Amino acid sequence: MIAVRVGPEDFDVAAETARLTAGRTDIGAVVAFTGLCRNEGGRLSALELEHYPGMAEAEITRICEEAVARFSLVAVTAIHRVGRIAPGENIVLVLAAAPHRHAAFDGASFVMDYLKTSAPFWKKEHFADGTEGGWVDAKDSDDRAQEKWT
Amino acid sequence: MTKLVYFAWVRERIGKGEEEIALPDSVRTGADLIAHLRTLGEEYAHALEHGNVIRIALDREHVEHDEPIAGAREIALFPPMTGG
Repeated sequence: MIAVRVGPEDFDVAAETARLTAGRTDIGAVVAFTGLCRNEGGRLSALELEHYPGMAEAEITRICEEAVARFSLVAVTAIHRVGRIAPGENIVLVLAAAPHRHAAFDGASFVMDYLKTSAPFWKKEHFADGTEGGWVDAKDSDDRAQEKWT
Repeated sequence: MTKLVYFAWVRERIGKGEEEIALPDSVRTGADLIAHLRTLGEEYAHALEHGNVIRIALDREHVEHDEPIAGAREIALFPPMTGG
């Protein structure tokens, strides 16, 4: 079962985990990854997250389907927020459920590594001094993290 | 007419999020499209200056630059992604 959500609303990790496991007795492991907005040493006041509506959901769903097939996951939930997000706030949640822990850890890691490089989201920085920063550059380290699964 | 959509700094530099344009027959691939758009004005030339870093999606699926674009209802151009 795959659940994907993209929108400005915050999420509750415990509530999402409860929703994922409700009524099931075949899940032995749930790995939760939560990505948060950092303040970058005090200079950042907010991130602004832009996305490609329609493609963002479709691409995350494709990534989750691949993770389910590859790691025999029982269920995956992926939630990505958009809009203005302040330091300390949630950005992204991935829950991977499987009968055993290794598949759940690998599944969550795989979904995050692909989400970073191929889901159409872009971050712009806003600084604490009121100025608008630039668009965040894509990192080579994220490309390498994704390539390790190929 | 083909619908083009732009995101992040590609959108900002071109100055609009989407438009419908008529493409000449000579524009067959994503790379052709980028080269063509660069001739449409300074803002396009600036946005697409480094054409090889621009990502292309046809009807909301990633494609390589050498992929044919014929038949696509919506073509998106955007920078490398930075979500997560």
